[in-house]
Amino acid sequence: MKYALLIYADPAIAPAEGSVEFAAEMEGWFAYSTKLAEAGSMLGGEGLLDGHTATSVRVRDGKTVTYDGPFAETKEVLGGFYIIDVDNLDAAIEWASKIPNVGYGTVEVRPVMEVPDQG
Amino acid sequence: MAARHSPVPTVVSAVDAAFRAEWSGLVAVLRREFGDLQVAEDAAQEAFATAPRAWRRDGVPERPGAWLLVTARRRAIDTLRRGKALDERMATLVDAPPPSASEILDDQLALIFGCCHPALSVDAQVALTLRTVCGLSTDQIAHAFLVPGPTMGKRIVRAKDKIRRAGIPFDVPPVEHLDERVEGVAAVIYAVFTEGHASSRGATLIRGDLCDEAIWLAETTSELLPTHGDLHALSALCLLTDARRAARYDSAGSPVLLAEQDRDRWDRAKVTKGLDHLIAARRHEAQGAYRPQAEIAAIHSMAPCYEATEWSAIVTVYDQWLEAGGGPVVALNRAAAIGERDGSEAALAALAPLLDSGTLDDYHYAHIAHATHLRALGRDEDAIRAYDRAIAVCTNDAEGTWIRAQRAELTRDGPRRSSAG
Repeated sequence: MKYALLIYADPAIAPAEGSVEFAAEMEGWFAYSTKLAEAGSMLGGEGLLDGHTATSVRVRDGKTVTYDGPFAETKEVLGGFYIIDVDNLDAAIEWASKIPNVGYGTVEVRPVMEVPDQG
Repeated sequence: MAARHSPVPTVVSAVDAAFRAEWSGLVAVLRREFGDLQVAEDAAQEAFATAPRAWRRDGVPERPGAWLLVTARRRAIDTLRRGKALDERMATLVDAPPPSASEILDDQLALIFGCCHPALSVDAQVALTLRTVCGLSTDQIAHAFLVPGPTMGKRIVRAKDKIRRAGIPFDVPPVEHLDERVEGVAAVIYAVFTEGHASSRGATLIRGDLCDEAIWLAETTSELLPTHGDLHALSALCLLTDARRAARYDSAGSPVLLAEQDRDRWDRAKVTKGLDHLIAARRHEAQGAYRPQAEIAAIHSMAPCYEATEWSAIVTVYDQWLEAGGGPVVALNRAAAIGERDGSEAALAALAPLLDSGTLDDYHYAHIAHATHLRALGRDEDAIRAYDRAIAVCTNDAEGTWIRAQRAELTRDGPRRSSAG
């Protein structure tokens, strides 16, 4: 089954860029991605820039409305995601629990919608 | 059985007995074979529905479980064929040999772990476990939890939907996760038991059916995982507590304190079973909070009368429990045990730091305890104030009535007597 691992964290408590902890976490991300790929479970994934770089877009009555900032103003912001393919939810939770910043962030595990065959 | 003149009650009781003995195993096996909880449940349900007529006609089968499995497999295959969801492997299941006893146990365990999966809310885990593992109907569960039937129905449907669509597996968890998952299963069973034992939401204080289901679940899981001390401790706690069921309330439905309970009405068979589980819990070094509670319940159950209670032993259990991380309610109960052993002055001394901390402000039992000891020392005015605080935070009708009665005794004896004098 395919799952999205949506990675949320409070940037205020993430290690600062340039710090030893930051370097260690970055190494953790590379190692994690490699492991996921080696297990044959990686379908994709990206890290996202800070929440303050986000622009949110809506179309209402045919009019496009944009505003500054992420969809929801929360302390924990979406900072990245993986799409994985594993046997079941337990396997997805196992991978989620090894995400490098899960010690201070939260990983939401969401099953990916299966589009039925059109045939 | 064959000698009975009327065959009908025999068949009915055979179906009842088969339901208790076979339901969860049957659903568990079908779930594995057909890969879907709803298909399994529906097929099992239909097999039981056809059993009375078939057994009346052909006689009660020698092995009811095997009969039910074959019948249910046929039903499941029919259902899947109609829905065009039948694959070749499943179609051959009717003729497949029945699973061995140990396979059924593994399936049952997997079923329990699936229903108690932490990706479901605790409410959903509880509802699903009662529905799927215990075989209660949605209406029975709704009634027991005092929620409308459609609400409970929706809760169960949503849980099954999440199981299917989020890919929640029905597996016995790997060793590294087993302890935490067992803890989760125990929490579900304990939630069922406490809901049955003392509801804070209404006038009906003991809903025995839920206690029975919880005891059955606790004993079943402790048989399936015999080296898990906490499951034995939980079984012991449920059995030893429920043994007092008949004595806990008077005919008017008012609670009867432990000190005043008629111990002849305690269920000795449950006590004996509970003590056996407690011994197993000690042998397998149960670490959780069920064990000290069971130890204390055991000490009570062995005292021939309240006055003969070994309070020193109880205080010792509380001391160890606090050392192992017990919270303020544990400290409150320790103070009560100290009061029994050393008197009300000692109890008030043990209570003082607890009450000052404010952590138990909303806990009416803390104020009741306070009031009781103040009253014993003749400090009626202080006791009345403590009863008032208890009344203010108590949400259980029967207990609220009891507290008011206690308070009334003080005001009746106090001011009236002095004005009459």
